[in-house]
Amino acid sequence: MAQTLYDKLMGQHVVREQDGATLIYIDRQLIHEVTSPQAFEGLTMSGRKPWRNKANLAVPDHNVPTTERSNGVSSIIDPVSRLQVETLDKNCETFEINEIQMNDIRQGIVHVIGPEQGATLPGMSIVCGDSHTTTHGALGALAFGIGTSEVEHVLATGCLWQSKAKNLKIEVNGNLGKYISAKDIALYVIGEIGTAGATGYAIEFCGTAIENMSIEGRMTLCNMSIEAGAKVGMVAVDDKTIEYVKGRPFSPTEENWDLAVAYWETLHSDEGANFDETILIDASLIKPQVTWGTSPEMVVDINGSTPDPEKEDDPVKAESIRNALNYIHLQPNTSMSSVAIDKVFIGSCTNSRIEDLRSAAAVAKGKKIANSIKLALVVPGSGLVKQQAEAEGLDQIFTDAGFEWREPGCSMCLAMNADRLEVGERCASTSNRNFEGRQGQGSFTHLVSPAIAAASAIAGHISGV
Amino acid sequence: MPLDRANIDTDAIIPKQFLKSIKRSGFGPNLFDEWRYLDHGEVGMDNSKRPINPDFVLNDPKYKGAQILLTRRNFGCGSSREHAPWALEDFGFRAIIAPSFADIFYNNCFKNGILPIVLSSEIVDALFGYQGEIVINLEEQTVKTEDNIYNFEVDAERKRRLINGLDDIGLTLQYEDQIRSFEAEHLKKYPWL
Repeated sequence: MAQTLYDKLMGQHVVREQDGATLIYIDRQLIHEVTSPQAFEGLTMSGRKPWRNKANLAVPDHNVPTTERSNGVSSIIDPVSRLQVETLDKNCETFEINEIQMNDIRQGIVHVIGPEQGATLPGMSIVCGDSHTTTHGALGALAFGIGTSEVEHVLATGCLWQSKAKNLKIEVNGNLGKYISAKDIALYVIGEIGTAGATGYAIEFCGTAIENMSIEGRMTLCNMSIEAGAKVGMVAVDDKTIEYVKGRPFSPTEENWDLAVAYWETLHSDEGANFDETILIDASLIKPQVTWGTSPEMVVDINGSTPDPEKEDDPVKAESIRNALNYIHLQPNTSMSSVAIDKVFIGSCTNSRIEDLRSAAAVAKGKKIANSIKLALVVPGSGLVKQQAEAEGLDQIFTDAGFEWREPGCSMCLAMNADRLEVGERCASTSNRNFEGRQGQGSFTHLVSPAIAAASAIAGHISGV
Repeated sequence: MPLDRANIDTDAIIPKQFLKSIKRSGFGPNLFDEWRYLDHGEVGMDNSKRPINPDFVLNDPKYKGAQILLTRRNFGCGSSREHAPWALEDFGFRAIIAPSFADIFYNNCFKNGILPIVLSSEIVDALFGYQGEIVINLEEQTVKTEDNIYNFEVDAERKRRLINGLDDIGLTLQYEDQIRSFEAEHLKKYPWL
């Protein structure tokens, strides 16, 4: 029978089926410092050991400082943050888990380094105690976020109980306009279907716009699938995928490479495979997107305005609009391009890869950020992205324009380290969530692409290129 | 306790500064921290001395000791942080009723002895309008008010584990031999893993 990519990937990992639940084998678990300490503690308390050490790869990312940190973990000023990173180091040592430590050049955001190291490979089942694990589906992997109890479960058993998701095809055809990126597609889709629009579904992105998209763009798109509530976001394997994976440290070599490629080439939905839902999108109609509210679904074209709750018929939605506008200090019917900003953040697992930085640098080149901008941060996704960007002179373009060039980590996406917004500050951010307080208590976030973030930094307000 | 908002995310349930803890307990006093207190909460503060927001339902004396949270669609969206159900459980909630839940959060609840119940928007609307006590019976899969009984669905295996408080890992390890033999085949087929 014709199968979808998701059905194939699930099928290849089934250990056991029982009462509607499926026990699947996990090929790779990525670990970071925030959602793992209690899992390791659980292992210790029950006297259990990791099932297969080789399946795991750990890296600290959420709490790490992005400023000068040559003294290693002792550079973390906040003692609570420092303890969490030290705890990861200690647990990885105790349980003999491969860890890329803070001052290793390969360190970075877990969802950037997985693919970068070849630790993410097509066909793998991949979990991480982090909702943005959907990122890895860009390489034709089955990848999703889990909670800490499940982190412990995977550590102890090498497996996880799952129920099968339904299949949703999102087909994006046509050409994207200039300065329109995967981020704009992601925000556009979430605006169309809502933050629960794909709950219970596995999304497969396809169509000519996806075929023409780089692997990094596909990662941005799959990364944001969770913002539509999806279980996973995936793209079928093609030549670009195989080219991307080739030669990376954890990638197969020699005869295993040929074997792997032969398998990877089967990782696409079969002709005639049945999807429970299909959404068609015309890429040529997508404009740069910007969020106006406190949920990623509260999004409009950059030329658009905030909505008017009085015009909304659904009382729950009208109340959500009122709450969001009230929180974010914007009036109904405000033109988004008139909204002044205080800070700009370019980074996060959504938009901190080399192409994202190139896109922002192309806009910033030869320009200066507006005087009213208090801080414009560029935080590369990994030490290797940073190195590459510096080799291309992007750091110079950014610093000449008045941006700060930082060390890699999650940074101001969720503000667990020292990078955060103060009360009342407004930010154009390339991250993935604009929830209340996400970037700092009482702060306001507008999600945009790297190009729009750079253009907004220069203009001092939300702005197109 | 009625919390009349849609799309409540896990950042709202437990803000990120409290995720720095390496423990599993003690998150209750910081549940909904930014809505519940008027000041900015940080780890290590004496929460009993902080100014509370009297307009937030969690601070309404009428609902003191409530074990059921009634809320709107897509509850628990966003981050996978299990600190969210840890905080809800630590505060004293044992069940949450909503028209829908985000996937990872829904899953995390069962791992922590919290029962997430999905009821239709119409029933949830009716419950928001209802003033009395709500009683949940997991065995019978019912939500009872004085005048009505509503049935809810729950996966049979999850129900069994919740009622018996079973250790998930221990249960899975009953199939250790099956996992080992799957793994041997799998790694033979995909030797680069």
